[in-house]
Amino acid sequence: MQGRPQGPASHRRQRVSGKKTMKILVPVKRVVDYNIKVRPKADGTGVETAGLKMSMNPFDEIAVEEALRLREKGAATEVVAVSIGVQQAQDTLRTAMAMGADRAILVLTEESPEPLAVAKILKAIVERETPDLVILGKQAIDDDMNATGQMLAGLLGWPQGTFASKVELADGRAEVEREVDGGTEVVSIALPAIVTADLRLNEPRYASLPNIMKAKKKPLETLQASDVGVDTTRRLTVVSVAEPPARKAGVKVGSVEELVEKLRNEAKVI
Amino acid sequence: MTVLVFVETEAGHVRQASRSAIAAASKLGEVHALVVGDAASVGASAEAAAKIPGVTKVLKAGNDALAHTLAEPLADLLVSLAGDYSHIVAAASSVGKNVLPRAAALLDVQPIPDVLDIVDADTFVRPIYAGNALATVKSADAKKVLTIRATSFDPAPAEGGSAAIEDAAAPASGDTSRFVSSETPTSDRPELESARVIVSGGRGLQNGENFKTVLEPLADKLGAAIGASRVAVDSGYVPNDYQVGQTGKIVAPELYIAVGISGAIQHLAGMKDSKVIVAINKDEDAPIFQVADYGLVGDLFDVVPKLAAAL
Amino acid sequence: MSTREAMDFDVVVVGGGPAGLAAAIRLRQVAPDATVCLIEKGSEIGAHIVSGAVIEPRALEELLPDWRDLGSPLKTEVTGEEMYFLTESRGFKVPALEKVMPHIANHGNYVVSLGEVCRWLAEQAEALGVEIYPGFAASEVLIEQNRVVGVATGDMGVTREGEHGPNYAEGMELRGKYTLFAEGCRGSLTKQVMAHYDLRKGVDPQTYGLGIKEVWEIPAANHRPGLVLHSFGWPLDDHTYGGAWLYHFGENLVSYGFVTGLDYQNTWISPYDEMQRTKLHPVFKPHFEGGRRLIYGARALSEGGFQSIPRLTFPGGALIGDSAGFLNTPKIKGTHTAMKSGMLAAEAVADALKSEQVEPASFTSRVRGSWLYDELKTARNVRPAFSRWGTKLGALYSGFDAMVLRGKAPWTLRFRHADNETLTPASTSQPITYPKPDGKITFDKPSSVFLSNTNHEENQPVHLKLRNAALWKTVNWDVFRAPESRYCPAGVYEVGDEASDPRLVINAQNCVHCKTCDIKDPAQNIDWCTPEGGGGPNYPAGM
Repeated sequence: MQGRPQGPASHRRQRVSGKKTMKILVPVKRVVDYNIKVRPKADGTGVETAGLKMSMNPFDEIAVEEALRLREKGAATEVVAVSIGVQQAQDTLRTAMAMGADRAILVLTEESPEPLAVAKILKAIVERETPDLVILGKQAIDDDMNATGQMLAGLLGWPQGTFASKVELADGRAEVEREVDGGTEVVSIALPAIVTADLRLNEPRYASLPNIMKAKKKPLETLQASDVGVDTTRRLTVVSVAEPPARKAGVKVGSVEELVEKLRNEAKVI
Repeated sequence: MTVLVFVETEAGHVRQASRSAIAAASKLGEVHALVVGDAASVGASAEAAAKIPGVTKVLKAGNDALAHTLAEPLADLLVSLAGDYSHIVAAASSVGKNVLPRAAALLDVQPIPDVLDIVDADTFVRPIYAGNALATVKSADAKKVLTIRATSFDPAPAEGGSAAIEDAAAPASGDTSRFVSSETPTSDRPELESARVIVSGGRGLQNGENFKTVLEPLADKLGAAIGASRVAVDSGYVPNDYQVGQTGKIVAPELYIAVGISGAIQHLAGMKDSKVIVAINKDEDAPIFQVADYGLVGDLFDVVPKLAAAL
Repeated sequence: MSTREAMDFDVVVVGGGPAGLAAAIRLRQVAPDATVCLIEKGSEIGAHIVSGAVIEPRALEELLPDWRDLGSPLKTEVTGEEMYFLTESRGFKVPALEKVMPHIANHGNYVVSLGEVCRWLAEQAEALGVEIYPGFAASEVLIEQNRVVGVATGDMGVTREGEHGPNYAEGMELRGKYTLFAEGCRGSLTKQVMAHYDLRKGVDPQTYGLGIKEVWEIPAANHRPGLVLHSFGWPLDDHTYGGAWLYHFGENLVSYGFVTGLDYQNTWISPYDEMQRTKLHPVFKPHFEGGRRLIYGARALSEGGFQSIPRLTFPGGALIGDSAGFLNTPKIKGTHTAMKSGMLAAEAVADALKSEQVEPASFTSRVRGSWLYDELKTARNVRPAFSRWGTKLGALYSGFDAMVLRGKAPWTLRFRHADNETLTPASTSQPITYPKPDGKITFDKPSSVFLSNTNHEENQPVHLKLRNAALWKTVNWDVFRAPESRYCPAGVYEVGDEASDPRLVINAQNCVHCKTCDIKDPAQNIDWCTPEGGGGPNYPAGM
């Protein structure tokens, strides 16, 4: 799929009346574990990631959890995890299945494609799987793009409920409480729709040892990016990656009066 | 080159973050501002935007769907206006981050979020890995879609310009997305993540009671949120959700006042992007002074009440 | 309790270090039908591994003869070796090292990241059909009718107050016909098994060391891959065993570390600060110039050797690797011995599986018949000589032992005291002034712990249990002035309200799982328990 899709309506599928199934697709990303502090490579070409512990993007864990809770409440019947990336991303999918996802799809690509390419691949998967809801993390903690969910929604012409802190499904719509600057807001979006998970949506469950053992037997399908006909050519070239400049020590002030004067007239923050 | 900046307004004022976005866009070329709202109020908002120096034209679109900056109609509007603009820019706010990637996808563009610095028309600096690295990226897209980190660009002044105002036609929008309600916390104490000022306490506070009696009056004066170091949390002075740092919340307020915090690196990792850092500590060798813009060596029990009184 | 899920295996291995992984691999080699499950408390294999490490490939040759073709991370062969005796300002190179200290000669050995070696061994093990589950801490030994029948993993999602949180997940029983404990030095379950079966009866107390390590990246121009340096003497006093290492390996990496014998006496000693200040010595400092520090970590190691090895087997299992104390201290190596012990235990277990013996007792005779036994026996008198006569005389004895006696002395020097018994009171210990960190070559503890990527789920019970707070006050504070605040390399222990009402503050989240507190606490009043699985350091590649 290239270029601009048509208006929202053309991509909405007809909901089959009396449809008993309700499928949720959960895209998950394999990223450097959140406990690991990364560092730019000495030559500045990128970030040193070799040999680092990789885990599921924490926001995606929240997305998986939300999908599972919806299924457990009876609001959904199937949870399908999908990941796009290298072969080892199957570990991330196994984790999603150990948490409770029913099955998984891996689309093989080169390392870490851009959100635009990911959104196009996901669109193809959505067209194949026809889920009623896609829930994914609001951003990945590696590239911090915060874009894939919104872009997928745009490409599909579906409504979006981003940065969700609460999701309720009823009457073919999702009511989504969203984290916005300075507070929250609630939107109501018609299904099928995209929801992106924020931190307070839930606290994801552990993948327990028995469930990890059982997840080894759940179905995992592997596709090539070329199978779904998406061009993953990068639009952004990384010119350099550097450590942020270290903050420099400022001045020591001698008194409270001097501090107040500086904050008021020099820094202008009070 | 002409840049289209989506400008957020509130009660007839342009938000400061959007003025920072305008300042950033001015480095790229001529700036046109897009202002949306309900039909009744969008005119006043557009006039506010027109006064910002550097804005040469204001486009305004008013209808109920746009009034709540819902992503679906707003992205469609941006796409309909995108035309010959070289860049489409917004603040990296919850609205900007919600809308711009959607518009970018519709334009078949890879957006560049959280721009901290502009190298040239195609090349931008942005944080990755929670700010632990800065990536300089060059875009091959014909049109660039950017969101701007407000703290990295001094905002354009609110007054001084007089741009022409034109109407933009808002595309029709359906019912797939509806605004229901919004809520702003009524507490006087802002939340850590969104506070403009944070007063944070560490081990030097010695107990939870002192957070109330010593820190709170200062925070009240500044309308500040209250944070804490991990040691203060681990010692049970305050609940865990006060924690600022690598294992707590990452914050970047305009003013961060660290009181009795030595400055363990895991704490610094959570607040080093603050615009101005003040450290108050009796130990003049405390590492916190290495990152503080203003350091005051002294007994916090003496200094903090004086500071609160002086504000 | 019986509601817990359970899974049956032929063999359960507790711990994914070199011993546990070698045992698991050997088992599948000699008993291909045996089901083998290995669990590891670190978030992944290698996450909790700290070692120098120069390793001797002898055991690896025996385990995987084609290791060179399997993409192993043994890449930097030792190319040069120097041993220094340090005074405050000078370093004296020990001449004719291979004669005076033949045990440490490193020809044919490799400088490695042991964490990377373990990750690679885990791949080999999985390829052979071993089931490996990292992120799960074995917290309970299952003993039925006086036979160990497996372990249970800890419950997850228990709150700080000990209640079931919203994400509570019950632990699981991993039941095995045989259980191998490969927890490394001072394993928490090993401790329970030793007590239950009285395995230490008749052997010397174990003595330990604390190794604290940093990995640096240095300018390529200064990098000499395969260079191996060791030191003894300054900055430690003559009654304290220990010294520094510095190895060049990998791509512009330097492994630097310092071991302090935990039988040290002066309560004011801070192993962390000894490690930091040694970097400033002229022998070491040039190696760090222009470099950046990447990783930090710490781990206790068993130094007792031969005379401190307990009974190795019990009904239903065995102790292997450093859980049993198979480290060759004079040689400064434990990987090859750990692996060998794991392999021998695996062979004994494979035999026991066939004959359905309760105790894999042939492990002991297999050890006695192997090079492992000869090696440890030969080295047995070196470490205790240092305990007894101090560093200078101990070093002389060790040269004599090596050159004249060739390890065949007709006597065995004993260890008289456990490490918790050796401290002298604060009032009679000589205070030590350590230099302030310079932020370039030396650093403070918090910034160091940051580089260990340590994290624990915050809302969980404190895993470092102070049994008796009153006893802490009268012993640790009144007599020794809180030695834990100095020996802990992660800043876990701090004294609160020092002036008015001193009390011990335990920042358990910082814990890098070195186990020193469990070893050195004078009244044995601190109990190191396993925290929620996956917690602790996350040492990356290079460590």
